[in-house]
Amino acid sequence: MSYFWKFGIFLWLILVFLAAFLWAPLAEGLGEYTRIIYFHVPTAWLTVVAFLIGAVYSILYLRKRQIKFDMIAEAASQIGLVFCLLATITGSIWAKMSWGSFWNWDPRETSIFILLLVYAAYFALRSAVEQPDRKAALASVYSIFAFITVPFFVFIVPRVYASLHPDPLVNPEGKIHMEGKMLMTFLSSLFGFTLLFFWIFKSKLELIKIKISLKERE
Amino acid sequence: MPFLHEALIIFQKDIRQEFRTRYTVNAILLFAVVTLVAVSFSIGTFSASNEVKSALLWIILFFSGMSGLSHIFIREEEKHTADTLKLVARPLSIFLGKLLFNFVLFIAMQIIIIPLFFAVMNFEVKGIFPFIIILSVGGIGLSAGSTLIAAIISKASARGALFTVLAFPILLPVLVAGISGTKISVTSADFSAVTAEFQMLIAYSVVVITGAILLFDFVWKE
Repeated sequence: MSYFWKFGIFLWLILVFLAAFLWAPLAEGLGEYTRIIYFHVPTAWLTVVAFLIGAVYSILYLRKRQIKFDMIAEAASQIGLVFCLLATITGSIWAKMSWGSFWNWDPRETSIFILLLVYAAYFALRSAVEQPDRKAALASVYSIFAFITVPFFVFIVPRVYASLHPDPLVNPEGKIHMEGKMLMTFLSSLFGFTLLFFWIFKSKLELIKIKISLKERE
Repeated sequence: MPFLHEALIIFQKDIRQEFRTRYTVNAILLFAVVTLVAVSFSIGTFSASNEVKSALLWIILFFSGMSGLSHIFIREEEKHTADTLKLVARPLSIFLGKLLFNFVLFIAMQIIIIPLFFAVMNFEVKGIFPFIIILSVGGIGLSAGSTLIAAIISKASARGALFTVLAFPILLPVLVAGISGTKISVTSADFSAVTAEFQMLIAYSVVVITGAILLFDFVWKE
């Protein structure tokens, strides 16, 4: 069963890559660089998903006080950090091609950078506390606290200050402005990367289960 | 309301304790003065525009706050008074008392630093009223965010460096809105020009104070 998922996702992502580079047409009036949208948006989306999962499991930890929830929150944040780095890098390349500089503190660039900082601070905090219970509680509190302030960056700051960034996935009209083939590639890429994310997450969960059962045996 | 009364008692206790050693006041004020001198010395009096100066003002305020606002909880841990405090007061009052202390400390620092900043940087502001409002509401936001972070890091090791690292991403909305509001108040005396920034700072403070009150229990009992 797990082989089925592994190779299924692998094949799916190969198809997505082929479609993104060869099959999907270009957006009107824009160059080849717009193809990065098929990779940039999924990574940004999964960064937010990972952040959400981390916060949810942090809340669960504070309510139930079972170390496994904290381990899950940590695992989600670890994957989130990787996707956050990828979203920052792909976004920066895109910004260089269409706005002319790798980094210019556009509100959207600021918000992804803040997420990167939050993740870094989260792991810095974890490494600074010795006792497992205390580490879990403090990290959970920080993760939730960051989670309630990040919406200011993601939703409010770009409204108040003009941004050059194209409308994000969750825009006021709730629409995605794309032509048929592009939309299909885009959605399959989103789907494929989401599957990839949950596959990594599932492997992490299995690892956590093994770790806990080993600890119990000691 | 009994918890407010208790919070005031905690606040008075912290003030009294502070004036015995004056450690935090000295640290935060001297840090602010040193940063101000460093900034003023390195860019000169007339070379920067008022927009750049309002950003510099917030950077000075932010890092001075970072140097002193964490002490409120570290002190309890270092002197081993945290356990007694846990017994005599409820977490809500402790948090509110400490928040009030940090806010008063931050405002006091602003009252000394901002006139100095005007003097040495040759800074001019058209809208004094919006300027004061933005800085004081910004003070609420900064002290609210940093008080919970202070509680978190007082339970960790490597406190000094960790505080700024943890607080920066949380406090950045205040910096963004504060810098933008200050820049606007430099050129316009009209309060309606800074409404967006004002609303954002108020919303941030409300959200952060509520969240911090809810989360403080878990940190404090750790």
